[in-house]
Amino acid sequence: MLLSREWLSEFVDVDASDRDFAEAMTMSGSKVEVTTDLGAEIRNVVVGQVKEIVRHPDSDHMWICQVDVGRAQPVQIVTGAQNVRQGDLVPAALHDSFLPGGVHITSGVLRGVTSDGMLCSLKELGLTVHNFPYAVEDGILILQEPCRPGDDIRPVLGLDDHVVEFEITPNRPDCLSVIGLAREAAATFRTPLRLHTPEVRGSGGSAAEMLDVEIADPDLCRRYTARMVKNVKIAPSPLWMRKRLHASGVRPINNIVDITNYVMLEYGQPMHAFDFSCVQGGKIIVRRAAPGETLQTLDGNERKLTEDMLVIADESRPVGVAGVMGGANSEIVGDTAAVVFESANFNGVSVRRTAAALGMRTDASGRFEKGLDPLNTLPAVERACELVELLGAGEVVDGVIDVIAADAEPVSLPLDADKINRLLGTDFSAEDMKESLRWLDFGIDGDTVRVPSWRGDVCHYSDLAEEVARLYGYNKLPTTLMQGSGAQGGLSDKQKAEKKLGELCRSMGYSEILTYSFISPSWYDKIRMPEDDPRRRSVTLLNPLGEDTSVMRTTALPSLLETLGRNISFRNPSVRMYELATIYLPHEDDMLADERPILSLGAYGGDMDFFRLKGAVEAILRGMNVPGAAFTARTDDPSYHPGRCAVISVNGTELGVIGQIHPLVADAYGADTPLFAAQLDFLTLLSLRGPEAQYTPLPRFPAVSRDIAVVCGVDVTVAALEDCIRRGAGGLLREVTLFDIYAGAPIPEGKKSVAFSLTLRSDEATLTDAQADAEIKAILELLKSELGAVLR
Amino acid sequence: MKQKLEEIRKDALAAIEGAQDSAALENLRVSYLGKKGQLTAVLKQMGKLSAEERPVIGQIANEVREALGGAISAQAEKLEKAALALRLKAEAVDVTIPGTPVELGHRHPLSLILDEAKDVFIGMGFSIAEGPEVELAEYNFTRLNTEEGHPARDWGDTFYITEDSSVLLRTQTSPMQVRAMETMPLPLRIIAPGRVYRKDEVDATHSPMFHQLEGLVVDKGITMADLKGTLETLVKRLYGPDSVVRFRPHHFPFTEPSCELDVQCFECKGQGCRVCKNEGWIELLGAGMVHPKVLEGCGIDTEVYSGFAFGIGLERMTMRRFSISDLRLIFENDMRFLAQF
Repeated sequence: MLLSREWLSEFVDVDASDRDFAEAMTMSGSKVEVTTDLGAEIRNVVVGQVKEIVRHPDSDHMWICQVDVGRAQPVQIVTGAQNVRQGDLVPAALHDSFLPGGVHITSGVLRGVTSDGMLCSLKELGLTVHNFPYAVEDGILILQEPCRPGDDIRPVLGLDDHVVEFEITPNRPDCLSVIGLAREAAATFRTPLRLHTPEVRGSGGSAAEMLDVEIADPDLCRRYTARMVKNVKIAPSPLWMRKRLHASGVRPINNIVDITNYVMLEYGQPMHAFDFSCVQGGKIIVRRAAPGETLQTLDGNERKLTEDMLVIADESRPVGVAGVMGGANSEIVGDTAAVVFESANFNGVSVRRTAAALGMRTDASGRFEKGLDPLNTLPAVERACELVELLGAGEVVDGVIDVIAADAEPVSLPLDADKINRLLGTDFSAEDMKESLRWLDFGIDGDTVRVPSWRGDVCHYSDLAEEVARLYGYNKLPTTLMQGSGAQGGLSDKQKAEKKLGELCRSMGYSEILTYSFISPSWYDKIRMPEDDPRRRSVTLLNPLGEDTSVMRTTALPSLLETLGRNISFRNPSVRMYELATIYLPHEDDMLADERPILSLGAYGGDMDFFRLKGAVEAILRGMNVPGAAFTARTDDPSYHPGRCAVISVNGTELGVIGQIHPLVADAYGADTPLFAAQLDFLTLLSLRGPEAQYTPLPRFPAVSRDIAVVCGVDVTVAALEDCIRRGAGGLLREVTLFDIYAGAPIPEGKKSVAFSLTLRSDEATLTDAQADAEIKAILELLKSELGAVLR
Repeated sequence: MKQKLEEIRKDALAAIEGAQDSAALENLRVSYLGKKGQLTAVLKQMGKLSAEERPVIGQIANEVREALGGAISAQAEKLEKAALALRLKAEAVDVTIPGTPVELGHRHPLSLILDEAKDVFIGMGFSIAEGPEVELAEYNFTRLNTEEGHPARDWGDTFYITEDSSVLLRTQTSPMQVRAMETMPLPLRIIAPGRVYRKDEVDATHSPMFHQLEGLVVDKGITMADLKGTLETLVKRLYGPDSVVRFRPHHFPFTEPSCELDVQCFECKGQGCRVCKNEGWIELLGAGMVHPKVLEGCGIDTEVYSGFAFGIGLERMTMRRFSISDLRLIFENDMRFLAQF
């Protein structure tokens, strides 16, 4: 909302600088975005009167003017414009003057003739013909305003105004008006509000006899008020009105249209004026559009209307989309003789939906959609007619058409000062509260507050508390610390584990990423997820922004691979990443999702390979106190390399998957280097944590270390060998560490040599060689019998 | 014989002093003091001496032995020192060569900010609540005083999961207020950070998914003054004790009175500059007293209990803190970006 301070001053006297005004209004609840001095860029430009004009001796188009600028001597100014005549009043930019856009005018010599300034066109002053309809586009502005040579040009052109831009919250449509903001300013500065009651003389006749109004859909139109004007004389509006419209960001068009805009800005009540002669049957019906109905709106577009849209219709056809835009078929044109001024109250939700569906949000619809005061329609139409008479724009027909389909219930609230003080932490007296409310035109009857009709947002004692608090000043309210009745704060076990997990990942060089929760369903194809995989059933957005963000992911893998792929395209040579990524699994029984956090690890480049990533995962599991993780080859996960993928499980409970990404999948992400990933279900991981460590006494006797190398078939896994070694040992084995795997000569084809370092120790005594030998022998026997692995 | 001993002493001391390594020194020890050494040889002839001479020569011989032994030890020590010095010199490294790299991962900048906020709130006795992102419209809107027909509920603004608009992606973390009040015992002091979704096209300042941090306090006798005190503490802990805040009236459907908290621009100290868009203040968060209707909707007796709530946009806070100019960087996860934090 743009507010002209000049216009505001008609209703309230506020003696404050722009800065102070903005500050005070902001702190009382009407937030000021910016204040603009309309003439800030113009300096040293005055009204000049052309006393003498002669051709430039050396130019076929330039003129030499002697211009009276209110000084003892006229100044000489050369102009190239052709529309200047002797006696004209023109804007004259003098030597060392400034124009919009930072243009600096100084004296100069034009083809040998001195020019001590410049005569200005509209454009050079930052204006258009909409501001001054009598001016020409491509010539000097010949002023028709009352002014004298030497006058500062800014007040003459209405550029002496300061415009305040407000950000009005949606609960306060009443503040989308000069009067609404004037009331706020009056309450803020505690200075009286001067309201004006419109007076219409009238010129006889009877509107009711000429026009019949019926509200067919009272749920969408509570009230329809109208007056008529005949013998309309379409003309430009006077300067004072154009100035205010211009300052408010509205383009002046002609007197009738300007009046509707002016009243909308002043009263906050949108108005529509249309040509009475186009109303067939002399009847206005406010109804829902019929199936298939269309209307060409004022902007020239043909609109398809639907049955949930409200239209203003005559007997046979719509003439306007209620609250949004009028129809071209009833537009005010030069020869319009009689005009209907419509001032109605439409249902906000309906107007908003209609405007959105038709893709045309207008100043009117933007106000209606917030819910307007139904009592405002009458004063607004009266004001419009008063302005018609003031501007001589036509003759107002006697009588007001005012159809009220639904009464507005006045709202009254008890003023419970204690309750309000308890909410605010204050000790205002009831009298102080009433005083504040009176400034905002709330009615006070004893301890009852009558809420003004334009304050639909106030319906609860907490709303009154806000009114009291904001006028007092939020900043002046006391500031206290909560008297805690002792809520126990802190992180839950799960939250602590999340924190720990992140720290572990980062300590191993993995950086945290944040990826979108929604993905494209095609990303399931990209990771080669089977057609019948249940994870293809996703929580699906019905109105996504695009296909790329249309389903909630059921796996964190595509987001991770997308990120790795992007980093490859950024030419980042080596990347380690992690995310505690939520996946969203559809629930069978309700529409909500099972939202599960997944630890998603990904890496490529540098020394990364399967075992580096596995090492990181093992370290994370150790760090999280998850003992006993087993890695079992998985050859059938289509996203992963069939020979380099493992299921991670603990005691038979599957925890996640780790592996090198399948080359076909890597290709799909544009990776020219192997990608590695692991996905661990975080909640499962938590459930598999071991008990807290208890101290076991440190060994009192030395350990014996023995290395063994066995030859076995290439398919025998290290895990199987290790398992066999542990089972074969007779209770002295403390540690098994793999240290070498070798295939090739002299090991026979199809075989490999695997070497382990075994640590043996007894808790009772120092081991003898014989004891150690016996243990190793038992181990070797089991290796041989179970796995055919023989000592090399 | 005496003369002989003096000769040995003289020759030996000179030889020991001249020994250049421990092996040479050992040879000298053997050749003088060993079983077949020169001194030993001399001593063996002691028997031939007269009874008078014997103690005199014996004393001299002992002196010589001690002198030689001492000289050998001293020379050995000297040689060791020299050898050590030599070794240490040889072992010297160029300490300006970079250390063997240990790669550390980076916390995402948004998480850094979130961690910081969590710490402050936990210090004030808050706990952290979590709730669903795929949410019921009932919780996201209706029970937060945002009735059917409110613009925020439009399909143009909110992502919906069901045709009847009953399930959606939460547009704010505020539904956690309702869930917390429904399920957790009073008094309540929680924050609820999380992802939220709105139908905004991606650009430098918008994203269809972003993060908020919701806060809620419900207790006996909570006032707007408490809200001010708590949030002021938050700001001073996050931005330093000298930060200046102001509370400005605003509107949210589910709080009344409502406010926004601005912090005075750090750059210009309120004078107006580019950072604060010439306003002198930077908007930080929205807050208000929980609307009594919302409390009542959760079965809370508003005659006894009251509360306040607030919501912080984490992206904006992160971007401001680290001078990040484009929101897209937050979700792009370019390693070159992440590695800066």
